[in-house]
Amino acid sequence: MALKMPAPEKAILSRREELIERLRAILPAASVIADETGRRAYDCDALTMYRALPLVVALPETVEQVQAIMALAQEMSVKIVPRGAGTSLSGGALPLEDGILLGMSKFNRILEIDYENRCARVQPGVQNLAISKAVERSGFYYAPDPSSQIACSIGGNVAENAGGVHCLKYGLTTNNILGLELVLMGGERLRLGGKHLDSELYDLLGLLTGSEGLLGMITEVTVRILQKPMTARGLLLGFPTVEAGARCVGAIIARGIIPGGMEMMDNATIRAVERFQPCGYPLEAGSLVIVELDGTPTEVDHLVEAVEAIACAEGAVMTKTSQSEEERLRFWAGRKNAFPAVSCIGPDYLCMDGTIPRARLPEVLSRMDALAKACGLRVANVFHAGDGNLHPLILYDASKQGDVERAERLGADILRLCVAVGGVLTGEHGVGVEKRDLMSEMFNDDDLAQQQRLKCAFDPQHRLNPGKVFPTLHRCAELGMMHVVGGKTPFADLPRF
Amino acid sequence: MTAIIDIRTPLDESEVVEVVRDANAAKTPLRIIGHGSKSALGRFAPQECGLTTRALAGVTLYEPEELVISARTGTPLREIVDLLDGNGQQLAFEPIDYAPLFGGAQRDDTIGGVIAVNASGPRRIKAGAARDHVLGFRCVTGRGDIVKSGGRVMKNVTGYDLSKLVTGSFGTLAVLTEITLKVLPKAETEWTVLVRGLDDEESLLILRRAGATPYEVASLAVAPHNGMHAAALRLEGPEISVVKRRDDLIAHFADSAARIEILEESDSRIFWAALRDATPVVGEEGQVWRVSVAPTDGFAFVQSIKRASAPILAHFYDWAGGLIWLRLETAPDAHADMIRDAVDRLGGHATLIRASDEVRSRVDVFHPQPTALSALTRRVKESFDPAHILERGRMRAEF
Repeated sequence: MALKMPAPEKAILSRREELIERLRAILPAASVIADETGRRAYDCDALTMYRALPLVVALPETVEQVQAIMALAQEMSVKIVPRGAGTSLSGGALPLEDGILLGMSKFNRILEIDYENRCARVQPGVQNLAISKAVERSGFYYAPDPSSQIACSIGGNVAENAGGVHCLKYGLTTNNILGLELVLMGGERLRLGGKHLDSELYDLLGLLTGSEGLLGMITEVTVRILQKPMTARGLLLGFPTVEAGARCVGAIIARGIIPGGMEMMDNATIRAVERFQPCGYPLEAGSLVIVELDGTPTEVDHLVEAVEAIACAEGAVMTKTSQSEEERLRFWAGRKNAFPAVSCIGPDYLCMDGTIPRARLPEVLSRMDALAKACGLRVANVFHAGDGNLHPLILYDASKQGDVERAERLGADILRLCVAVGGVLTGEHGVGVEKRDLMSEMFNDDDLAQQQRLKCAFDPQHRLNPGKVFPTLHRCAELGMMHVVGGKTPFADLPRF
Repeated sequence: MTAIIDIRTPLDESEVVEVVRDANAAKTPLRIIGHGSKSALGRFAPQECGLTTRALAGVTLYEPEELVISARTGTPLREIVDLLDGNGQQLAFEPIDYAPLFGGAQRDDTIGGVIAVNASGPRRIKAGAARDHVLGFRCVTGRGDIVKSGGRVMKNVTGYDLSKLVTGSFGTLAVLTEITLKVLPKAETEWTVLVRGLDDEESLLILRRAGATPYEVASLAVAPHNGMHAAALRLEGPEISVVKRRDDLIAHFADSAARIEILEESDSRIFWAALRDATPVVGEEGQVWRVSVAPTDGFAFVQSIKRASAPILAHFYDWAGGLIWLRLETAPDAHADMIRDAVDRLGGHATLIRASDEVRSRVDVFHPQPTALSALTRRVKESFDPAHILERGRMRAEF
C-alpha cells in the first residue's frame, strides 16, 4: 500500500500493558478491548483499503471517563484516534498501531429536545437519522443528510463537517450546529456556543467543525432542528448531454431558484441504476437531473412550473414531475442506490469527492474520461449539481494485479484536475489519510504551516489523530520559529509520509 | 478617538506583508482600518500606527450562476451590494450598518470590515450569519505570512475552516486581503405581518407561535413601530407564495385579541433595514449593548435586569427573541456586571457596543470567558500573531 503512516513509537508499544491496566482503572472491564479479535473489529473505517490494528480500544460512556483517558494519554504520551460510527470515507478513523482507539459509540443519548429554541442537545454517538426520527412527529428534522445517515454519528458529522443532498439550500453541518462540548488533550473540558445563535471572540465552534478529530474529542453537540417543509415535489429531467444538463442547473439558479436538492448523474450511472432497480430513468439520456422543490404548496407548484419551463428551454428530452409522495421517493430511490448500483457493474469502486465551479463541469468530465481511458479504467459520475460537488466512482477490480494502484492514481489525477479548474480536493468526505498527500496541490507551505500552528494551539504534542490531514508533521516549536524566506520550502529535509 | 500618527496604505498584498513585517521588527502594534466606520467598536486601545485596506479595492470575481463573488477587502460594501442587486442577488446575511449608531452620515463600510465583525442582520434565523457565507479568503497573518484558506466553491471541507475563525476576529489574527462569499438570489418580494397591541411577553409568544408554523418566516422581531412595540413577522419569496402565507398567518392569529397590520414591500424593507441597523436604540444619550441568548431567554433576560433596576432607555428583540439591543443610561461601568450576571445565569454573551473611549478601555467590551477557553483563545491568537502586533487590545486587554 502506498500510504505511509507515522512509524509506531517503540516507547509506546513497550508500555502497552501498563496503559491497558490504567485504562481498566478508568473504565469497566468490558469497555477496554485489548484482545486481537476484539480489536480487529475496529481496524478500519469505510475506507476499507487501509487497515491497522489499534493498540487498544477504549469505549467510555461518561465525559469524566473521556477526560481521564485524555489526561492519561497526555501523561503517557500515547496517541489517540477518535472514532464515531466508523463510516468515514477518507480514513479519518483509521487506527494507529501505537494509539488508543477512542470509540464514542456509547455516547448514544439524546439529552434534550428544545422545540421552542429549535434545537436539540445530543451525545456524539447518536446517529444522524435518529435526530430527525426523534423530532419528526412534531414536524421537525435535522437538515444535513449524508448518504450514510442511517449509520453515521453526529460526532463524526461534526468532525467531518458532513454534507448531503440538501446542502445548497440548508448548508453543511457547520451551518446547522449551535454548540459543542469538547475535551482537549490533557483532559480539559470546554463548552463552545450554546442555544444562542452567534458566537463572540473566535468562532472555535466553526473551527472544530470539520477538524477531522485533530483538535479535541467532541462529547456533546447542540444541533439546530428545522420545521419540515409543508410539501416537496420532485422532477426528473433528462438531457441529451451532460453539457445540456449542467446548463439547465445553471439556468435554474440564475432564475433565482434554490431547490432543496439538485442532483445529476451521467449515462453510465443511469444505466447502472436502472439495471439495479428500475425507477423510470431515461436510459438513452446523456444526463439526468433530479430537482426537489420544497416549501408551501403554493410556492412549490409555482416553482415546479418555472423549472419545467427552464428545462424545456434548455432542451430536455424528458420531464416528469412527481404527483405523489410515493412518486417523489421513487425518483430519489435510484439516486440513493447509485453507489450499490455502480458496484454491480464493476466489482470494486473508489468514490472521489472533489468540488468544482459548476460551469467547468463539461470540460472536467471530458478530461476525466480521457484520464480514465489512458489507464484502462471506467468512471461513473454522480454529482451534487447544485453545489458543484462531484462524486466520480472509479471502477476497478481489486483481484487484478495493479488495479488498486491504478485506481488510486486515477483518483489523485482527478482531484488534481478539480483543483486546477478552481475547485477543491474534498467537498464533504474529508481529507483523512486518503487525500492527505494531495494537500499541497491546494495549499502551499505557508497555508499548511498556519493550519498546523492551530493544531499546536490545541494539541502541542501531536497526540490526537496524528498522520491525518497534513502531509508533513512539524514539531510545534519549529512552526513557532518558522519563517519562509524567498519561497524556500521550510524543513525540506523532514520526512514526508 | 486618538488620532493615529502613521497610517500606511499598501497597494497590494506584498505591501501588506511589508507593513506587517516592519511592525513586527519595530515591535509596534498596528490598527487595521477599512474606511473607519467601526473605529468606535471594540475595546478602546489607541495605537500610533495603522494600516488601511482602502487601496486594496475591487471585485475580482463574480459569477452569478455559481452564486459566488470575490472582492479585495477594501471594496466598499455599497459597491458589492449594487453589483449584486443588478443581478437580482444579495448578501443574505444583511450586514448591519453602524453609521446610525456611531453618528455617521451614510453607509461607508468595506467588505473587509463587515467580515471582520461578523455583521449579521435580522435574517439570521433563516439565512445564517456572515460566517455562514464566507467561502474562502486570503490574508496576511500577524507573522507577515500570506495565507489562504477555503475556496470559491459552495461545498468544501479541505483543511481547517479558517474562514469561520477570521470572521468576527476584529483583525486580531490577520489582515484580510480578499474575501470570497456565497451570494443568494433576492426574494421576489417581502411583506411583513405586524401583530400590535400586546405587551412584550405576549408579542414574544406570537414570534414563537409564528416560528412553529410551516410558513417559513424569514425574520422575527419585537420592535417599535409607530411608537409602540409590535411582533413583526417577515415573509419573503415569490409574490404568489408571500400573499398566501400572509393570509395563512393572519388566519393563524385570528383568535388573538391583537390587531394585525400589514407592511407591504417597500415599507417592509424600510422596517427591517432599520432593525438591521439597530435604529430603535440609537438615541443621542446612553450606552448601547447587544445581548445574545437562547430565543426563549430574551424576555427573562430583560425582566431580570429590570428587576435589578436597569435604567433602560430603549430596547428591542430580534432573532425570534434571542438578540436583544439595549440602550441604558450612561454609567461609569456601563452596568456591565448587572448585564453579565443576568446573561451568565441563562447562557450567551453581552457585547458593549457604544460607550465612551474611557469606559471601553476599562470595561470588558466582549463577554469574559471561562479560564480554559480564555487560555485557548489566546493560544489561537498567538498561532497567527505571536507578538500581538495586529489590533492589540481591541478584543482582550491581554492581547
